[in-house]
Amino acid sequence: MSDLEAAVAAGVIGADEAHRSLLQATVEVARAIFRAKASSVFLLDEEAEELVFEAVAGEGEGDLIGMRFPAGNGIAGWVLTTRQPLVVDDLSADTRWSRTQAQSTGYVPTNMMSVPLLVEERALGVLQVLDRPAESKLKLAEVDLLGLFANQAAIALDLLQRARRARQALEGEGRLAPLARVAARLEEGERDAAFELLRALERVLAESAD
Amino acid sequence: MNAIELHEYEEEEELPAWSLPAEAVDRIRVPVTLPDQVTREWALGGSTGAGVRVCVLDSGIERDHPLVGRVDRSVAVVRGEDGEPQVIEDDEGDLCGHGTACAGIIRAVAPDVELTSVRVLGAGYTGGGEIMLRGLAWAIEEGFPIVNMSLSTTRTKYVERLHELADRAYFRRVLLVASAHNMPVESFPWRFASVISVGSHEEPDPLTFYYNPSPPVEFFGRGLDLDVAWLGGGTLRCTGNSFATPHIAAICALVMAKHPDLTPFQLKSVLYQTASNAEGAA
Repeated sequence: MSDLEAAVAAGVIGADEAHRSLLQATVEVARAIFRAKASSVFLLDEEAEELVFEAVAGEGEGDLIGMRFPAGNGIAGWVLTTRQPLVVDDLSADTRWSRTQAQSTGYVPTNMMSVPLLVEERALGVLQVLDRPAESKLKLAEVDLLGLFANQAAIALDLLQRARRARQALEGEGRLAPLARVAARLEEGERDAAFELLRALERVLAESAD
Repeated sequence: MNAIELHEYEEEEELPAWSLPAEAVDRIRVPVTLPDQVTREWALGGSTGAGVRVCVLDSGIERDHPLVGRVDRSVAVVRGEDGEPQVIEDDEGDLCGHGTACAGIIRAVAPDVELTSVRVLGAGYTGGGEIMLRGLAWAIEEGFPIVNMSLSTTRTKYVERLHELADRAYFRRVLLVASAHNMPVESFPWRFASVISVGSHEEPDPLTFYYNPSPPVEFFGRGLDLDVAWLGGGTLRCTGNSFATPHIAAICALVMAKHPDLTPFQLKSVLYQTASNAEGAA
C-alpha cells in the first residue's frame, strides 16, 4: 500500500466509519435521555430534495440506513424550511403527516421531536426523537436539550460528508484520483522523486501567485 | 404574473433635519403620552385588535381555515424571469403549514385584526435569504404596524441588509416581532435591538407574557403544547418559539387597536410595564 493510499485509508475511509459511529452514538444517547422508542438522523440530499436515513437507534435500527423519502413536505420539511425545532405530540391529528411514509419504515410513531442539523450557515439534515413516553409531559428544557444533541449530530454529519467528498475526490473519476493511482504504482525510489517533483511544482505555483 | 410595484429598499429616504429650530417645536408635538401607571387594562383591556393590520411573513396562510378566517391579502415573493425576487399576488395558500399556524394564533388572541400573508418560505431550503429580505422590505413599505416573523436566517451575508431593514421598520412604526432560535445558533433578525424578540414559556394562558431582563430574547410568550391551525382545516398540538411569537404579535395588536399612535419603542415599553413579571402590572 502506498503512503497516499494509507493516508486515504486512515484519514478518509476510517473517518467515514468513525463519524458514522459518532452519529450512531448521538442517536442512541438521544433515545436513552428522552426515554424514546427511536431516534434517527437524516441527511438532506439537496439535489434530489430527499432525506436519507444516516443513523437509527431503536425501532428500525439496522434496516433503514440509506432509505430515502421526499424532504419537501411534512414535519421534516417544516423543520428544514424554518430551521427551528418542532415538537408534535399527536401525529394522528395531523392530516398531512405522511402515515404511508411512516408505514414504509415499518414503524408508525405517535409523537415526534424534530430538530434541524445546522452547521454554520447550512442545514444538513434533521434529528428526530420518536415516541417519548406518553405520560411524560414535555418541558421546554427538553427542547433545549434536543438542540444541544442536534449540535453534536450536525458536527458528526458534517464530518461524515467531508470524508465522503474527500474519498470521492480520491477514487474512481474523482479529480484527485489520478494522483492517488500514480502514487500507488510508483516504486519506492520513484516515489521520493515524484513527491520532490510535486513540491517543486508547488513552489513554482506559489511564486507565480506572488 | 404581474409583479407588484415595490420601492427599492436601497433607495435613500429624505433625511430629517439634524437639528430642531425653536419655531419648529410646535410642529412635532407627539400625540401619545403614556399614563403614570401603565396597566394591562389601559393597554389592552376590552381590545379585540379591531382594524390593526398584521402581516404574517411566513409560508403563506391556508385559505378558509376555520381557525384563521378571513385573510385580507396574500402575496408571495418569487424569483422573476430576471432571477430577482419580486412580489406577486398569491393564491397558493400555505406550502408547509407554518404560516397558517401563526395566523391561527393571532386570530385567536386578537380576533378582529386584518391579516395579510407574505409567503417567503417553502420555495426550497437554501437561497431563501433574498426572498425573505424582499418580503420584509415590502411589508415595511406597506406600513403594517405589526409584522410577525416566526423565522430567521443563519446566513451572515444577509445580516447587514436585514439590520438596515429592521432599523428602517423601527423608524417607520413597523414593529417586527421575531422568533428567537430554540437552538444555540446565531441567527437573525431576532438578535437586533430594533425588533421584539420572542422565546417560549410553559404556561397555558395566551395572554401571559414575560419580559426577560437578560436579552437578546426580550419577551417570552406561550409556546408549549399548543393546538395550532394546521393544513387541511385541522389542528395539531405542537411546541416551539414559532408559536410564542404570534402570541406576542397579537398582544401588540390588541394594544395598537386601543393606542394606534404608539411608536415601536413606546409599544415595547408598554409590553415591559405590563409583562406578567412586572411589579405592579395589573
